[in-house]
Amino acid sequence: MTDHVGGLDVEAIRRDFPILTRTVGERPLVYLDSAATSHKPHQVIEAEAEFYRRHNANAHRGMHMLGEEATEAYEGARATVARFLGAPEPETIVFTRGVTESMNLVAQGWGRAHLGEGDEVLITEMEHHSNIVPWQMTAAVTGAKLRYIPLTDDGLLDLSQLGSLLTERTKIVSVTGMSNALGTITPLRQLADAAHAVGAKIAVDAAQLAPHSPIDVLALDVDLLGFTGHKMLGPTASGGLYGTREVLESMEPMLGGGEMIHEVFHDHSTYKPAPYKFEGGTMPIAQQVGLAAAIDYLEALGMANVRAHEEEITRYALDRLLDAGATVYGPKDPSIRGGAVSFWFKDVHPHDLATILNEEGVAIRAGHHCAQLAMRRYGVPATARASFYVYNTTAEVDALIDALDRAQSIFG
Amino acid sequence: MALDDIYKEVILDHYKNPRNKRELPGAELRCHANNPLCGDEITVFAHVEADSVAEVTFQGAGCSISQSSASMMTEAVTGASVDDAKTLAGKFRGMMAGEVEPDEDSFGDLVALKGVVQYPIRIKCAVLAWDVLQDALDGAGSASGAQPHSV
Repeated sequence: MTDHVGGLDVEAIRRDFPILTRTVGERPLVYLDSAATSHKPHQVIEAEAEFYRRHNANAHRGMHMLGEEATEAYEGARATVARFLGAPEPETIVFTRGVTESMNLVAQGWGRAHLGEGDEVLITEMEHHSNIVPWQMTAAVTGAKLRYIPLTDDGLLDLSQLGSLLTERTKIVSVTGMSNALGTITPLRQLADAAHAVGAKIAVDAAQLAPHSPIDVLALDVDLLGFTGHKMLGPTASGGLYGTREVLESMEPMLGGGEMIHEVFHDHSTYKPAPYKFEGGTMPIAQQVGLAAAIDYLEALGMANVRAHEEEITRYALDRLLDAGATVYGPKDPSIRGGAVSFWFKDVHPHDLATILNEEGVAIRAGHHCAQLAMRRYGVPATARASFYVYNTTAEVDALIDALDRAQSIFG
Repeated sequence: MALDDIYKEVILDHYKNPRNKRELPGAELRCHANNPLCGDEITVFAHVEADSVAEVTFQGAGCSISQSSASMMTEAVTGASVDDAKTLAGKFRGMMAGEVEPDEDSFGDLVALKGVVQYPIRIKCAVLAWDVLQDALDGAGSASGAQPHSV
């Protein structure tokens, strides 16, 4: 069947993803877990393989042709990422091994350089643990205090108390752009303006936002933004951190080692300028090259189309889940949320549900989604989560709903 | 793999009608653990008298496998000597590791959980209550009881 959801030719897209032809037992794979990791089109797999086949060398080191080609591919990937995020120049992009490393770099590299006793860091209750735990670690070292923007019953940020939470004591606001547990999209520009008004910086965990929505870091006016490649069709261990020149220069490196130094002496070292001072050791070079291929793929689809498809399939999934009697956690309006849909189906525990759905070939996530504060806020230890991407069809949502019947027949 | 192997009637019965699911006031042994992967949690309360497990209860929240395993466990070890209860805990873990063939005599309803072995990601759910029991019993004889731990 053809499925032209939101301006994407989904059937044509599916042909680019080799894994989508496999089966689970005797069932076709229905992969609804892209918020955990996305699949890779052959263009990405091929780009990574081609790097190893033809150009493999260490970047910024080899005084030979392969070294030059590897450096060119690696730096070309940086320019691609900069273009994708609307960043003014490639040097505002630090490559990391994913958003967890990016947020740790922010919390350590920026936090230790700028935070002290009495300072505050403002985050939200819907953060992924990778934007909570690094700040707790930094708070323990610097004496800074962590404060939280609470959530409304509908799964939105409760900004009614923002005036008392965001004060001249706040030095940085660090928020997700799109919740992996609730789907909620954060009003980033509003928070950026509010943060800047009190002299604070704003950092964004865009692990979910970057794969699913156009991003323009200048229009959003954010100071730092971390993202991860494997959730946006790229290889694992690819990703990075955008930062303004001023903010990146003010940060301490997190990993000392090869290639991040300018000169090493017995008692101290001098560092390269950003972004290179943050890229100690051999980086995942082939993976960042693969990420650039993933971005080329997404840009060819058009990120506005990717977002439109997501909105449409999320609307369909929400309607069908609610009709089936599921309880959905997070906003019900697809225009203000992403495609990670957290739910409970009647009294069936999410783990049992995941096991039963797997038997039908349907892959979902069950658990706390590394967002225990959000789970606790809504009084559940775990949820089931279906999440969508460019290759998902409404027929796959139907397969999910059909599989729920099986759960009902076992636990009903 | 077949769902019938994991969601057996006896498991669903223990899940829907858990035995001994209550706090045990005055229990000298009490231990708690959670599975960080999924948030399942179990607290086991035990009253030991003359080296025997006089009474065992549990509290907790989680999936059908973790909760039914806890319910069956309380039935299986009540009245057993502390040593026999620890031996059974070891055997149960052995069954879940695929190393011990369960015998109906000592296992009773617990045999039903054998099917979980086919679902490696769920084995932790089945073993959770037994780990907590083991911790609680390891504290038997000490004044403060066992320390809580995470699996």
